[in-house]
Amino acid sequence: MNKADRFRKETLGRSLVTLAGLFIILLTLTIGAFLVYRGSATFFVDKHNIFEFLFSSDWEPAQQGSGGKVGAAIFLVGSIFISGLALLIALPFSIAAAVFMTEISPNFGNMLLQPAIEIFVGIPSVVYGWVGLTVLVPWIAKVFSLAYGYSVLAGAIVLAVMIFPTITSVSADAIRSVPSEYREAAYSLGSTRWQMIYKVILPTAAPGILTGVVLGLARAFGEALAVSMVIGKMQAFPTSVLSPTTNLTAEITADMGNTTTGSEWNNAIWSMALLLFIISFLFILLIRLIGKVGNKTK
Amino acid sequence: MKKFLAVILAAILAVGCFQGCSRNPSDSTASSSVNISGSSALQPLVKAVADKFRGSNTNTSITVNAGGSGTGLQNVFDKTVDIGASDIFAQEKFSADKANALVDHIVCVVGVAAVVNQQTNIENVTKQELIGIFTGKITNWKEIGGSDQKIVLINRPKSSGTRALFKAYALDGQEEAEGHALTEDNSGTLKQNVAQTPGSIAYLAFPYLTDKTVTALSIDGVKASYENIYSGKYGIWGYEHLYTNGQPNGVVKSFLDYFSTSDCEQIIQEKGYGLSSKMTVKRSAPAASK
Repeated sequence: MNKADRFRKETLGRSLVTLAGLFIILLTLTIGAFLVYRGSATFFVDKHNIFEFLFSSDWEPAQQGSGGKVGAAIFLVGSIFISGLALLIALPFSIAAAVFMTEISPNFGNMLLQPAIEIFVGIPSVVYGWVGLTVLVPWIAKVFSLAYGYSVLAGAIVLAVMIFPTITSVSADAIRSVPSEYREAAYSLGSTRWQMIYKVILPTAAPGILTGVVLGLARAFGEALAVSMVIGKMQAFPTSVLSPTTNLTAEITADMGNTTTGSEWNNAIWSMALLLFIISFLFILLIRLIGKVGNKTK
Repeated sequence: MKKFLAVILAAILAVGCFQGCSRNPSDSTASSSVNISGSSALQPLVKAVADKFRGSNTNTSITVNAGGSGTGLQNVFDKTVDIGASDIFAQEKFSADKANALVDHIVCVVGVAAVVNQQTNIENVTKQELIGIFTGKITNWKEIGGSDQKIVLINRPKSSGTRALFKAYALDGQEEAEGHALTEDNSGTLKQNVAQTPGSIAYLAFPYLTDKTVTALSIDGVKASYENIYSGKYGIWGYEHLYTNGQPNGVVKSFLDYFSTSDCEQIIQEKGYGLSSKMTVKRSAPAASK
């Protein structure tokens, strides 16, 4: 092999791939660094306390200079509350669907359920939000006889539909990767199919399912458009699942175009973006941790 | 070797794109391109005017992006665009020294009307009633002669220019009730919210009042119309600004001048805005706000 040949057959491809990989790492790091730089201005330039930011609900940042109040507690609680409820709604359906398409009826599952779930993923979030706004919101108002249906519940249902495919497909993969010996052993001990599923398959697949749960939660936390259309964006803590509230992403999208760089308001929004970044980073760490624990038990 | 060439070609294209994106438009004012960003309320009008302007200036390219008044002002200050569109005076967002770098071109006025859901059976309110409603003191429509229905406030986010306008001229500067008002900034969505939520009240700019799905309120018996704004009877209106960084020249200047031609005045009225030339009352920029 001469030199030029070797370059074409080995070096070129390898260096291109390495370059692309390094570029992605660099991109992630720069985005992180930029968020830290912008998001920390609230604390270092405008001299706010991090406890005020996380635990106070006084949100009145200044349009120019500093001197306002930047308590983001309402937005944080809203995000947690809505995503948590969405998870509670989506989880039973997701696990049931995953079990159905892997253990109970793989043929039917592969033919209909799998494509249906893939279509779910492809629907843009604005469509979910719009359908939620025109169908779900009036429906909730009618069923619970409220003045309006903008609520945590509406946001959670929309989000649940959006994270359902993520949790289902990751869970289904986890269930598929349970060795068939486990199934055969369970059957040979005389268990029914249902006993085999909930006593053997689900516990073994639990770390994989949890990964799906965290991925779903991360998606729910970061979703902006669809949720903000149906939660009413009322600047108050939610008092029940039927009360409107607001969240981090909704507040960021509502204010970002109206504020100017360097103002306290703008800095506070960047801090919220940084908070979202840190939360999703924690979720990823959690997935890694679950993966490690899962590997140990196997 | 073909693949190799393809990779090189892709790289060149990518670099070219990056360069294209990062070019400084202030250098290009001599050539014929105008970049505009800012107020989403003003965007439909600027777009319509730009389309018309292009018709007679065929080698001019004009891009119009929304993004909010704050973004527009910031972009024009940073010289990343040629024109920043804003619903509010630059002095309301910027400190005085920053605002002074920008040159204001008022292109039209826009009225804002309080709108209610049709089932409220209300068509006229007094200013005091309106203040009472938005500060949360009046909570049921029957208190002011409407149907027995709870009032649902739909506000705009605190940073919104329309909200600042409404607060200043409809509520005499009184702070709106927070904590029991829904919030929506997108005017289209807001209109749908009011149309489908019984008992709701919000405020919309005139260009969105194209049909009868929501009721625009008269205030103290004065109908929300441009005739009443021109004569000074109806006070909830604001200027629409196009800001340039320093005095404009070249095609940017001719585009701004185009707004005062009769062709353009027709478009302004068709799109639901008002002519600043017909105004009998005037306002000036406020002192730097909080």
